[in-house]
Amino acid sequence: MDIRPEFLALVLACAAVTAVPRVLPLLVLTRLRLPAWLLDWLSYVPVAILASLLSLETFSTGKAGLLAIGVALAVAAATRSLLGTVLAGVAAYWLLL
Amino acid sequence: MLGYLGIGLAAGALERAAGMSYAEVLLISTVLYAGSAQFVVTSMLTLASPAAAIVLTVFFLNLRHLLLSAALAPALRHVPAWKNALIGLQLTDETFVVAAGHAAAGLSPAWMAGLNLAAWTTWAAANLAGAALSGSIGDTRVLGFALPCMFAGLLILQLRTFVALRSPLLVAVFAGGFALLGKGLFSGPLIIIAATIAGATLGLALQRWTSARNS
Repeated sequence: MDIRPEFLALVLACAAVTAVPRVLPLLVLTRLRLPAWLLDWLSYVPVAILASLLSLETFSTGKAGLLAIGVALAVAAATRSLLGTVLAGVAAYWLLL
Repeated sequence: MLGYLGIGLAAGALERAAGMSYAEVLLISTVLYAGSAQFVVTSMLTLASPAAAIVLTVFFLNLRHLLLSAALAPALRHVPAWKNALIGLQLTDETFVVAAGHAAAGLSPAWMAGLNLAAWTTWAAANLAGAALSGSIGDTRVLGFALPCMFAGLLILQLRTFVALRSPLLVAVFAGGFALLGKGLFSGPLIIIAATIAGATLGLALQRWTSARNS
């Protein structure tokens, strides 16, 4: 049940480098009036991030992963349930692997 | 929101399997509190990577929060800076998608705090539960697949927030393809930033082009 000192240091360092990009834009950009084009650009950021994370993660899982992600996407579109999506995708991957 | 439970369980099980104690699982899930980064730290620890390399990878991986945090900023401009700092500290891909869905009506600090605290405690509990189940789970590859499934679910939720689906759908396909093709050019997580900037720029161009044609 112990925490190793080097593990504590690692987690704190990782948390520190994570906190900066999480907090900084909220502090700075809420003070400025953003131009319309930048707001429009920002509205596409989440879709682009999630799509690139998804394609990189899926690519490393091979054909079974690709098929199982197809199942997950279909379940997500049909149900809007994140838990359902994760369970269906993992089950499909387990069956296909 | 509950999709959280699924990847939290998976993360906890993998962390325990990588040799973390329960206290360490609680520490990483509450202090680092970042799903994909925890998966990366866990896998790099099992590969005996040097600490500096792990921290650098987490930094680049989580740089994408710059863009999420910036995207929430317009809805939180009436909030005092210290509250925004606390809200930002608990920003994740998952809570961002939920918050962005409510952003049109304006976000109150109390509502954000409720969302963040619920997500934070659920995440820690799911990690601990996963750690407890770790011994009874066979193939860790299958568990790790919970992460891309989560991204698939979040992507669909995010796409549904758009009135017209065509531009965001093209952005998603383009960013996903860009990430795969550019993987060799940009080291590690930097490709995520590059693909996101390219994708959002395409989205802006499509939107301008469509509205210019219609007017």
